[in-house]
Amino acid sequence: MNTHFETIVRDGLWINNPGLVQLLGLCPLLAVTSTVVNGLGLGLATLLTLIVSNCSVSLARRWIQPEVRLPVFVIIIACTVTAIELIMNAYFHELHGILGIFIPLIVTNCAILARAEAFASKNNVIDAFMDAVMMGLGFLLVLVALGGMRELLGNGTLFSNAQLMFGEGAKDWIVTLSSNYPGFLLAILPPGAFIGLGVLIALKNWIDSRLSSPAPARLPAIPVTNS
Amino acid sequence: MTDSGIVRTALPLVIFAILGTLLVATANHFTQERIQTNEHEVLLKLLHSLISEHGYDNDILNDAQELKGKVLQSQHPILMYPALLNGKPAAAIFRLSTPDGYNGPIHLLIGIDYNTEHLLGVRVLAHRETPGLGDKIESDRSDWILKFLDRSIGNPLLERWHVKKDGGEFDQFTGATITPRAVVGAIRRCLIYFSENKKELFAKIPQKTEKPS
Repeated sequence: MNTHFETIVRDGLWINNPGLVQLLGLCPLLAVTSTVVNGLGLGLATLLTLIVSNCSVSLARRWIQPEVRLPVFVIIIACTVTAIELIMNAYFHELHGILGIFIPLIVTNCAILARAEAFASKNNVIDAFMDAVMMGLGFLLVLVALGGMRELLGNGTLFSNAQLMFGEGAKDWIVTLSSNYPGFLLAILPPGAFIGLGVLIALKNWIDSRLSSPAPARLPAIPVTNS
Repeated sequence: MTDSGIVRTALPLVIFAILGTLLVATANHFTQERIQTNEHEVLLKLLHSLISEHGYDNDILNDAQELKGKVLQSQHPILMYPALLNGKPAAAIFRLSTPDGYNGPIHLLIGIDYNTEHLLGVRVLAHRETPGLGDKIESDRSDWILKFLDRSIGNPLLERWHVKKDGGEFDQFTGATITPRAVVGAIRRCLIYFSENKKELFAKIPQKTEKPS
């Protein structure tokens, strides 16, 4: 049982990470990650949607005929996202204003439908919940990392606008590198998002290749035979 | 597929549609009021950056008038928030958009004093101008937009109501001329429009409405 959960955790956070490996949900991933707080906001909304949709799909999986499973998944996801959007609009109004269209667009994040189809419809609720949490966290971490990279490079700050999520007290969380950082426009603009994501994926692949060959195992030289 | 098969297939779909609708309806029911308060607060905060809270005593949000017809080159409906003090017109705040931004419409809030026809200020509500170049029109990023305070037609003269590149008085930004040009143009048109129409604009406003506290 333990290894079973371990697989789910590793799949979501690393091996099958929705942001870095499955490359699902690129549209919000690239569009909103100009700051850490934006990334965190969208990441949490996506995480919550994933949990609700995975759990309800898993609970209802026995009654859903294969012919109508996709419409049912879409209904579940769309309704969840709409409800979350309303709640965000009510309690995190300014953040909702910044994330704007990308909250309703969570509906079209293929990562969520993919988890419903590939995992939740075939597994029990506990597994589906775990899978949602891990996949959601995996996506959230990529959003935050990319947001951090772009914010640091582009504006020379970190955690700006934290008060939009955590209340007025969080206004001082902002970390400023240097007061006269000139800013690096490219990092904030869409190309910066693509380049940043590319760097993250490369980094992951590099770490993977390092882990898979623990010793610097040189291939033994093949003796040249007469050919 | 038999009849019962169809029912068995369709039933979950129907049930989930009903459950989903219920969920959304419930969420809407519990958040509606708060969302409305939020939106009012945001709007009032914006209005109060142009006119002081004591500068009017009417229900400024409720008294808002939509300007009908195609005025001020706007594709979106223009709203005018009329500020009255002791039953007399004090100021007008226009919420309008100018279509000639670099990357789509720029939404502006322009406040004009009724008697002097001087600007009470201008704020940008929303835009999609280039980050780092055109977005200096935001009051958070540069004080460019604040320099319109107390300006009017006559200060500078009408033919100088342009960016410097067009022979006017107002600075453009390095690397971005279109954005400030659009904003200056919108303000100029709004000032002229207000000056020509202010009597009619305030004719329909109720003299006294209760200001919500």
